[in-house]
Amino acid sequence: MKGYIGIDVGSVSINIIFIDDGGVVAEAIYLRTQGQPIAMVQKGLKKLSGRLPAGSKVRGVGTTGSGRNLAGIIVGADAVKNEITAHAIATSQVVPGVQTILEIGGQDSKIIILRHGVVTDFAMNTVCAAGTGSFLDQQAARLNISIEQFGGIALQSESSVRIAGRCAVFAESDMIHKQQMGCGLPEILAGLCEALVRNYLNNVGKGKDILAPVVFQGGVAANVGMIRAFEQALELPIKVPPYYNVMGAVGAALLAREAAAKRGYSLFKGFGISNMKYKTGSFECAGCSNLCEVVQVTEDGKVIARWGDRCGKWSNAVIEEKIS
Amino acid sequence: MRVTFPHMGNLFITVKGMLQYLGVDVVVPPPSSKRTLTIGAKYGPEFACLPLKLNLGNFIEASEKGADTIVMAGGCGPCRFGYYAQIEHAILKDLGYDMKLIVLEPPQKHLSKLLAKIKELSGNSSWWHIFQSIRFGYQKAQAVDEVEMAAFRSRPRELTPGSTEKAYTKSLEMLDRADSQIALAAAKRNADELMSAVAVDNKKTVVKVGLIGEIYTLLDPFSNQYLERTLGRLGAEVDRSIYLSEWVNDHIFMGMVKGVRTRKEACEAAHPYLRHFVGGHGQESVGSAVNFARAGYDGIIQVFPFTCMPEIVAESILPEMKADYGTPVMTMIMDEHTGEAGTLTRLEAFVDLLTRKKEVKEALCK
Repeated sequence: MKGYIGIDVGSVSINIIFIDDGGVVAEAIYLRTQGQPIAMVQKGLKKLSGRLPAGSKVRGVGTTGSGRNLAGIIVGADAVKNEITAHAIATSQVVPGVQTILEIGGQDSKIIILRHGVVTDFAMNTVCAAGTGSFLDQQAARLNISIEQFGGIALQSESSVRIAGRCAVFAESDMIHKQQMGCGLPEILAGLCEALVRNYLNNVGKGKDILAPVVFQGGVAANVGMIRAFEQALELPIKVPPYYNVMGAVGAALLAREAAAKRGYSLFKGFGISNMKYKTGSFECAGCSNLCEVVQVTEDGKVIARWGDRCGKWSNAVIEEKIS
Repeated sequence: MRVTFPHMGNLFITVKGMLQYLGVDVVVPPPSSKRTLTIGAKYGPEFACLPLKLNLGNFIEASEKGADTIVMAGGCGPCRFGYYAQIEHAILKDLGYDMKLIVLEPPQKHLSKLLAKIKELSGNSSWWHIFQSIRFGYQKAQAVDEVEMAAFRSRPRELTPGSTEKAYTKSLEMLDRADSQIALAAAKRNADELMSAVAVDNKKTVVKVGLIGEIYTLLDPFSNQYLERTLGRLGAEVDRSIYLSEWVNDHIFMGMVKGVRTRKEACEAAHPYLRHFVGGHGQESVGSAVNFARAGYDGIIQVFPFTCMPEIVAESILPEMKADYGTPVMTMIMDEHTGEAGTLTRLEAFVDLLTRKKEVKEALCK
């Protein structure tokens, strides 16, 4: 099989997917980041190479997510792109004509508005984590139910309890009070979904023109309670694409396809990188009063990248070495 | 008397130049750093905005270097800033820092008070000397603004990465060192030469982004996570709604200098959307967004510190302006976060959006 790898290195999870030439997802691997992005990318690639049929060829690799630069250096990426562009590319391919993308992940949530296949507006949560996956995770754990059950239980409710949604702290205390008053679990969970949707629409979706088709993706799109809450709030049908939880990675792979075609070859270093030794470290540069925290990545003892310096003294040194 | 003042981007070059011209002993606080922020966040009230915390950190760090007097701007708007000088002074007093405070209130409301404060600061210099020093400060501000504008133009077009930054830093150092009218004129010429010597690709298509928002976060790169520089590296040419020299002309000279952008123009442009002063630069932000959109800018970024009331008002009005002009607007809220990944992601996505939009537009025009 010939195709492209897409890697989305997020705060909570790492998704690695393989798409064939036609853009169809052939393999999808989900790993928890566990604070070790490099080791997990290596592990994921090893897993992927084991799953692909013999003789498969990688024609390009793309990375996205908050760890995209790091992962890009490790694998030799053809495209390194932010999550917003990656999500928009992937969703336009899967749901042609999409006008609104609602994306809720572990730590961040975003809304992307497209018209005629072009992103015209977007927003990401800036200062508040209420309304993201980790908050739901936390509340599910507190109520002693698994996150997978969350949505199903919420759907059993016939009515919902009103829960304050502006702030995760308010939501939690409100929820506890309602629970102590004797409200049922399904009603509380349904209320929580509604609160989160309200918060999302008021915060991230503020001032945005939400038109159908609306696509809901990211890890939280697995929660049927959230899907129902969005449908009720927007009075629009909500589409959840297959592979809703790896759309960023799909976008990265699609961008890699474009970049590799333009370049004529791929920069992918091969699956052998799973066995290389990578080390990252940081040091404080004492060159001026900025005291930048410079991060350095080494591959088998050789420095392959540096960043974090405002003046470019350290990062440019690596680039110059490569050129000479 | 050893005088210090808060940092706000390159403001120190102007204020230091002016005070030294007056013969005042000046202590410039160390540039705002993580330490400044840590100190400020520790002693400042949690609900105050980022500028207060950085001011406080600046003062404490300046006091460590021997400063005993603080010069601070006042204000009387709905914005909380008008009260910051007194609050900061009270906090410093509680912490045991015995520093004298000189608040310069805006001239339109408290002219005689302002003049008395300036006289006190100058150690009874003649009014002619005071006038000369203010003029010198203003000239420095103009020179610094010109260097900044040159950097905005060459950053996205530079052929060698980092060459603009080098020329920019060096130019500012030269301007900072100039201590007389003659030295300043020479430094200005040298800076101009240095900035135009940066090799650029003039044919490169770049997107143009107008920056609007609250003055402190707009002018201070440390507090806005080096917004202008990052945008430049991503291939965007930027312009700002506020420059220090324009602010001085508007607020100190009452708009006496002609031929430069004024606050009045911005407020007039805001008229269809916001007819009222809402504190800070809220009204100017809306008006400047209109002006940038009319001038054909590809996008607008609004920046303000978390909890900034005037800019929150502006933010809620901007979608209306956006609907009329079709220019994308993005808002960035700044607080204590120093991790730059989030900022970079948003900026990269925004520049992608603008680039793609521009390509589509140009393809349609062909």
